[in-house]
Amino acid sequence: MGIEQKLGDMGVVTTTLEKAVGWARSNAIWPMLFGLACCAIEMMSTQASRYDLSRFGMELMRASPRQSDLMIVAGRVSRKMAPVLRNLYDQMPEPKWVIAMGDCASCGGVFNNYAVVQGVDEIVPVDVYVAGCPPRPETLIDGILRLQEKIKKEPLKKWQ
Amino acid sequence: MSDSPLAQSLGDLITETRVFRDEVTLITTRERVVEVLTRLRDGEHFEVLTDLTAVDFHPAEPRFALVYLLTSLQRNMRVRIKCFLNGSERAAPTVSGVFASANWLEREVYDLFGIHFEGHPDLRRIVLPNDYVGHPLLKEVPVQVEEVSFTFNRRRIEAGKIFAGE
Repeated sequence: MGIEQKLGDMGVVTTTLEKAVGWARSNAIWPMLFGLACCAIEMMSTQASRYDLSRFGMELMRASPRQSDLMIVAGRVSRKMAPVLRNLYDQMPEPKWVIAMGDCASCGGVFNNYAVVQGVDEIVPVDVYVAGCPPRPETLIDGILRLQEKIKKEPLKKWQ
Repeated sequence: MSDSPLAQSLGDLITETRVFRDEVTLITTRERVVEVLTRLRDGEHFEVLTDLTAVDFHPAEPRFALVYLLTSLQRNMRVRIKCFLNGSERAAPTVSGVFASANWLEREVYDLFGIHFEGHPDLRRIVLPNDYVGHPLLKEVPVQVEEVSFTFNRRRIEAGKIFAGE
């Protein structure tokens, strides 16, 4: 009884540790349940049965930042919300990623005024910007798939 | 300009009455606002203060208008009371003793317009963060925070952004 019997006839697969880790990380991203505005509605439908985000291994929206590694900033961030958002980001364990979903999170969108942060990249580092007002679920899924590709290529050194 | 039974019952407290499509607006002075609202609440059954807000007419003088919207559930009526403030004074007596709901509404007006309400029990910011500087609904505050970027000015605007070095 060795490993060969459990794996079947696959033989030996060799890869680098970086690739293996990147593959594992990219296919089990747990996004944080964090909706700020109308984009959150699209995020909910992305995750629900019709668009089914769980096909890509990220069906678990966690309500706690301690258990999540992806923050989808879905909606406009008001100046009063900004310190809260940064606090939540700091509470997430590394490695962690951020998607700015929609125009408001990316650059302020139509809210070019005193109340709204002009792009969430003023507070947290953003990995993927998803355009749209709000982006359709397909667009968000595309953004997430791009993030997965990015994670797969990420060297381990970055998180040491 | 026309007259209304409400204005007649208040007499000298009202300086002007405007009626537009059955909407009654009573104009008074800042010193008399508290008395006008008390009389309307006790004598005319206007028991709800629906809203309290302000308007900035900069650069005209008097610069600010304080607007009080009252509703009478019993008579199914609404009335608007206005008083004008000069740009230099920026203060009015509080009506939170007459209507308890005025407490938060006056805090909002203070937050966004910087109008002080004398005698208010707890005049702090309510909508904006506590460390916010300025009062953004004043006319001298620019409407836009960022210059809108087009092809001709895009490079200059993005040079000042946080991600410029990336």
